[in-house]
Amino acid sequence: MSTVNIKINNVPYEVAAGSTILEAAHAAGVEIPTLCYLKEINEIGACRICVVEVKGARSLVTACVYPVNDGMEIFTNTPKVQAARKTNLELILSTHNQDCLSCVRSTNCELQKMCRDYGVSHTDRFAGSRVEYAIDDSAPHMYRDNNKCILCRRCVAVCKHTQGIGVIGANERGFDTHIACAFEANLADSPCISCGQCIVACPTGALGEKDDTDKVWAALSDPTKHVVVQTAPSVRATLGECFGMPIGTDVEGKMAAALRRLGFDRVFDTDFGADLTIMEEANEFLSRVKNGGKLPLITSCSPGWVKYCETYHPEFIDNLSSCKSPQQMTGAIIKSYYAEKAGVDPQSIVSVSVMPCTAKKFEVGRDDQDANGTPDVDIALTTRELARMIERAGINFTALPNEGFDSLMGESTGAAVIFGATGGVMEAALRTAVETLTGETLPSVEFSDVRGMDGVKEKTYNVAGMDVRVCVASGLANVDKVLNAINAGEKQYDFIEFMACPGGCINGGGQPLQPASLRNFNDIRTLRAEALYANDAAKTLRKSHENVEIKKLYDEYLGEPGGHKAHHLLHTTYVKRERNF
Amino acid sequence: MRRFSTVPFKGTPAQEAELKAWLEEHKSMPGAAMPALQKAQEIYGYLPIEVQRIVADALGKPLEEIYGISTFYSQFSLTPKGQYKISVCLGTACYVKGSGKIYETIEKKLGIKGGECTADGKFSLDACRCIGACGLAPVMTINDDVYGRLTGDELDDILAKY
Repeated sequence: MSTVNIKINNVPYEVAAGSTILEAAHAAGVEIPTLCYLKEINEIGACRICVVEVKGARSLVTACVYPVNDGMEIFTNTPKVQAARKTNLELILSTHNQDCLSCVRSTNCELQKMCRDYGVSHTDRFAGSRVEYAIDDSAPHMYRDNNKCILCRRCVAVCKHTQGIGVIGANERGFDTHIACAFEANLADSPCISCGQCIVACPTGALGEKDDTDKVWAALSDPTKHVVVQTAPSVRATLGECFGMPIGTDVEGKMAAALRRLGFDRVFDTDFGADLTIMEEANEFLSRVKNGGKLPLITSCSPGWVKYCETYHPEFIDNLSSCKSPQQMTGAIIKSYYAEKAGVDPQSIVSVSVMPCTAKKFEVGRDDQDANGTPDVDIALTTRELARMIERAGINFTALPNEGFDSLMGESTGAAVIFGATGGVMEAALRTAVETLTGETLPSVEFSDVRGMDGVKEKTYNVAGMDVRVCVASGLANVDKVLNAINAGEKQYDFIEFMACPGGCINGGGQPLQPASLRNFNDIRTLRAEALYANDAAKTLRKSHENVEIKKLYDEYLGEPGGHKAHHLLHTTYVKRERNF
Repeated sequence: MRRFSTVPFKGTPAQEAELKAWLEEHKSMPGAAMPALQKAQEIYGYLPIEVQRIVADALGKPLEEIYGISTFYSQFSLTPKGQYKISVCLGTACYVKGSGKIYETIEKKLGIKGGECTADGKFSLDACRCIGACGLAPVMTINDDVYGRLTGDELDDILAKY
C-alpha cells in the first residue's frame, strides 16, 4: 500500500494514499464531524459540516470527499473552521422546526448532538420565512416530517443506490427544495417497498417508523385481551444497543424477561416460526425439484423483497416460495394451535411481533395473512419501539436476569436464529434439505460459503448426486442484478435467498439507529451477525427438523409438511403490483 | 398526488411516437435526462406525468429522478399553456401601479393560480417582468394583444372578448 506524509494539526502522520482527509484523520485518531456523509452510500460533500483548513487552499475544504496528498497540512479545529461549522448549523436550524422535546430521535439525533457540541441553540441569526410541510404518514410503516429534514440526501442515496428503487428525491430548488416522491405523491401511493433503510440512514427525526406502541399499551391494559408476543431472530442481537450495550451483544434472555415484565401473557419466539418455515420450505423445494415445479425457488421471508418482487420483477412471482414469513407462520399458529391448547378464543388474542423490520408493518395487513379469520399478527413493532416501551416502563434492562421463552412455541434450533443474517435462511434450509435427501447426518452443519457480508454469494452443492445451485443476495440493487442475470440467461440457480436489507435482518430498517460517525468506520452488520452465529454454535440442536416442539406440532396438529392443514395456515399468495402510482 | 393541471392530457400517438423515437436514439447518451425533457416539452408544450413516465421508462430511471429535474429548472413547465396566454406584467412600474391586484383578480376570475391553465384549456396565466410599455402601466397581454392603464373594472369585458 502506498502512503503519503501529511500533517494534521501540526502532527506528522503517514497515511494511505488515496484516502480522504476524513479517513486519514480518523486513522490518526482525529475525528471530524459529518452530517451528510455516509460511507459508500452518500459521499457528496453537501452539508459542509466537515470543513477543514488546508494550508495553501483557497478556501475551506470538505474532509469527507477531499483526498490527501503528500505534504498536505490540515487543520481540523481552527477558529475559522469552528465558525464555519457553527454558521452552517445555524443555517440548517433556520429551516428546522427545532421540536426536540418529544422527538423520537432526541438524544440520538446527529443534528442535535452537533448543535450541542458547537453551542448552537435557538437562534434568530437567520430568522425569516420557513416552509411548513405536512407530515406524510400515508404509508403503514413510516412517516416523513420534512420540517426536520436537513436535505442531507442520505435517504435518497440509500433508496436509489443501495436499494435501486429511487422513490424519493429532491424536488424543486433553492429555498423550496424538499425530499418527496414524484409529483408529490404520498409515499403510500408510490412504489416504495417499505424496507425502512431510509429511516436508519436519516440523521434526524425527519423519518421514523409508524409508532404502534400505543396500540400495544392499550392491549396490555385490557383485561379482555390475551396478549401474545413473538421476537424475530435478529432482535436479540441488536436490542442491547438501545441500552448502551456493545454492538453484537446477544440479549435473548434479558429480552424475554423484559417482555414478561411488560405484561405479555405469553412470550414466544419467532425462531420457532423460522424452524417451521424451514420444514415447509425445504419440503416445497424438494417437491418442486421432484415434480418439475418452478425453479429457482426464491425465499419469501423478507416482506420488503416480496413487495419488491411483486412491484419490480413480477415475472418471478411464481418463483416465490408460497411459505408465509416466520412472523406470519408464528402468528397463524398462535391463533390456531396455541389458542386451542390454551383454551383461548382466537378473537381475544392480540398477536404482537417485535421485528427488525418496517416492512413487517406492511406485511401484517397483506391479503391472505389471516388464516383463522383474524390477522395472523395484529401489531408489528420494530426493535426500536420495543426499546422505547422498555424505557417507558422503567425496566432496568441491563440488570434483568436471563429468562427463557414460553413452551409450546418457545423452542428453536440454531438453524432458526441465523435467519437474521444474510445467508442464514439458505444455510438453515440446506441443513434440513441435505439430510432429508441423503438420509444421513451431516458431518458439519456449517455452510460457510453462504455466510458473510458480500452482496451476492453463490455456490453449487452436490447433494445425493444432484447439483444444487444456490445464490444468496441482500440489498435490492444486488437482487436486481441477480434477477437480470437470470432473465438474460447468464445465470441458472435452483434455490435463492433474497433479503431486502443489505446484510439481512440484522441491518433491517427497524433496527437500532447508529450514527454515521460509528457506521462510517465500523461494520455493524458483521458485529451483529456474529452474535447470531455464536448463538447458533452454542445450541445443541442446530437443524430445524430436530426441533422437538415442531415435531410435536406436526404430530398433534398439522400433519405433514405441505399437507392440507399446513398449507391453509402456513402458505400464502402474491399479487402483481403497479409500479406507477 | 399533487394536481398540477385540471386540463386532461391530450397527447396524440404521433407526439408519443416522435418522443419515443428520440429517446430510442439517445437513451444511452450520458446525461440524457435534460435534453429528453427539453425534447418532450418541445413536442407536448409541457411535462405532465404521462410524458415524464415515457421519459423515465425509456431512460430506465425512477420517475422521481425525472420529476426532480423537471422541477429544478424553471425552463420546464408542468402545466399546459392555454389557447390564450394571459401575461400580467409585475415589473416595477406596473407593480407600483397595482398590477399585483390585477393578477390576483384574474386568478380569482379564472379560478386558477399563476402558471396554471383553466380546465377547458382556454386561458393560462403567467406573470412577466417589464415588457417595455411602462407608460401604459399596469399592463397585461393576451397572446399579442396589449391592454394598458388597467383598473380592474374592465377585466370582465376583456376576457369576454376571447
